Amino acid sequence: MTVDPVFQRPSPLLQVRGITHRYGHHIGCRDVGFDLYPGEVLGIVGESGSGKTTLLKCISGQMEPSEGSVEYQTRDAGLIDLFRMSEARRRLLMRTDWGIVYQNPRDGLRMRVSAGANVGERLMAIGDRHYGHIRSEAVDWLERVEMDIGRIDDMPHTFSGGMQQRLQIARNLVTKPRLVFMDEPTSGLDVSVQARLLDLIRGLVRTLGIACVIVTHDLGVVRLLSHRLMVMKGGSVVESGLTDQVLDDPQHPYTQLLVSSILPV
Amino acid sequence: MADVIDHPSRAAATPPDTRAATGYNFAYLDEQTKRMIRRAILKGVAIPGYQVPFGSREMPLPYGWGTGGIQVTAAVIGPDDTLKVIDQGADDTTNAVNIRSFFAKTAGVATTERTTEASVIQTRHRIPETPLTEDQILVYQVPIPEPLRWLEPREAETRKMHALEEYGAMHVSLYEDIARYGRIIKSYNYPVKVNDRYVMAPSPIPKFDNPKMDRMPALQLFGAGREKRIYAVPPYTKVKSLDFEDHPFTVESWEQSCALCGAGDSYLDEVVTDDKGGKMFVCSDSDYCEQRRDAGHQGDGGDSNYATRNEIPENETSSGDDR
Ligand SMILES: Nc1ncnc2c1ncn2[C@@H]1O[C@H](COP(=O)(O)OP(=O)(O)OP(=O)(O)O)[C@@H](O)[C@H]1O
Ligand SMILES: [Mg+2]
Ligand SMILES: [Zn+2]
Repeated sequence: MTVDPVFQRPSPLLQVRGITHRYGHHIGCRDVGFDLYPGEVLGIVGESGSGKTTLLKCISGQMEPSEGSVEYQTRDAGLIDLFRMSEARRRLLMRTDWGIVYQNPRDGLRMRVSAGANVGERLMAIGDRHYGHIRSEAVDWLERVEMDIGRIDDMPHTFSGGMQQRLQIARNLVTKPRLVFMDEPTSGLDVSVQARLLDLIRGLVRTLGIACVIVTHDLGVVRLLSHRLMVMKGGSVVESGLTDQVLDDPQHPYTQLLVSSILPV
Repeated sequence: MADVIDHPSRAAATPPDTRAATGYNFAYLDEQTKRMIRRAILKGVAIPGYQVPFGSREMPLPYGWGTGGIQVTAAVIGPDDTLKVIDQGADDTTNAVNIRSFFAKTAGVATTERTTEASVIQTRHRIPETPLTEDQILVYQVPIPEPLRWLEPREAETRKMHALEEYGAMHVSLYEDIARYGRIIKSYNYPVKVNDRYVMAPSPIPKFDNPKMDRMPALQLFGAGREKRIYAVPPYTKVKSLDFEDHPFTVESWEQSCALCGAGDSYLDEVVTDDKGGKMFVCSDSDYCEQRRDAGHQGDGGDSNYATRNEIPENETSSGDDR
């Protein structure tokens, strides 16, 4: 962990400033900025179309924003702007130091190769050429996401939605990333499956000390997982702060509406 | 029994055809097209294993009949060249005969079935057993030039993967073989890395031939007509078959030797000898087999009862290592 020499506090892993993204004349997200510290989980909530996915794509290097900067604390060369580094370096970062878990497992998995190969791919991509080692890492990670290792050679489409998400997580974590982006990782799953997956994610993120940006429209998810919270509406962040503070004492009328709608929980 | 299966008798090189067809430019293609193809070839030679796009022309043969190889051959062949064409190791298959007669007609060049007499060899499915020399060019017909295609259908993405040397996916396919069958079963078009840089599809040759590509004295050119790609391996360039440290690359071997010529070092085809299920193994390279028999070598005529194909680790020294 990099420590600020003056204030003796860790410097941010990710520094996001003034991110605006336009689709033609249409605004996807507007002037978003935040710092993310090592091991911190940031939740982004908001209604459909509020710009959550747009923002996540911009800050995770999948899409270049119209304006603004995203700087990442690299292991070897300090803070570097994502869109100023070479594409080779950005792509390497994305498949080693970062993880991306998609809402639709089809976007995050190779559907034509086995579960074990899905987990092993990143290791092979960074030069692991020992089958036995790749195999044992795959077994280890399938166990850590509580999947049946007897199914290591099965194809992703034979797994349930919840299991596919676990597979995506294992596939990402095998290179021990420091930062993972998740876009609605639990939506579309049965409630009980969702709850178990959330428990798993929470456990992994805590024990591995991974920083995480998680997008959801479910306040229950952020309540359980995130330290801090950003509330988006119409492309802009309308409120942000510590999760408990925002949820217990919402300031913006839209946040108040969101919170009141789930009060019974 | 040895006379049951006989490779076609070898004639010496046929002399240049003085009655070459008129009305065509030399070797069919116009000079401008040939220049364009030569430029693509030169670029391919300069960047070993890199797929160079080229403006593939309509040829008087359908795709799948080696139009890519034919265009490459047409661009490099000269009136003094002697051409050999093989298909599945043999010179007498329809495809090989057609291509040979195409060039005999349109370029009036000499043709041969003998590897040692040829200056240009166009091939599908095999590399000759007889080692090639600096004075020869081997032209491969390639159906699918992109080794990453099976995993990534998007062309823009595979180009990027090559540019950034993102080749982890190639090992995924080898991983899958081992996970499922305990060993790498891919036996044709086995992927290689050229000059420690580009991953390349060697075309559907058996992996048995892969070690021959490594540091070959002859220039190797690859033409894919439908996919409009040319690539090359210059003489003496390192070509390494992909593998894992604990599952090294191996080539096929056979317990028996060729029933006709007794060769123990060549790629064998299993052929049916009668309608009672009789079988024997003979050299797939018909010229090689013929030359050996002419030199007095003899096989056992297929008497050895039954034998199977093995996998043995390839001699380490022949492929080098780059781990
Ligand atoms: N590719 C695109 N082209 C044009 N407009 C887009 C595109 N993607 C998103 N938008 C628009 O940008 C805005 C933000 O969309 P975005 O997908 O980021 O929202 P979201 O918060 O992720 O919504 P959801 O909860 O439905 O996933 C919306 O108005 C959307 O219609
Ligand atoms: Mg979204
Ligand atoms: Zn023989």
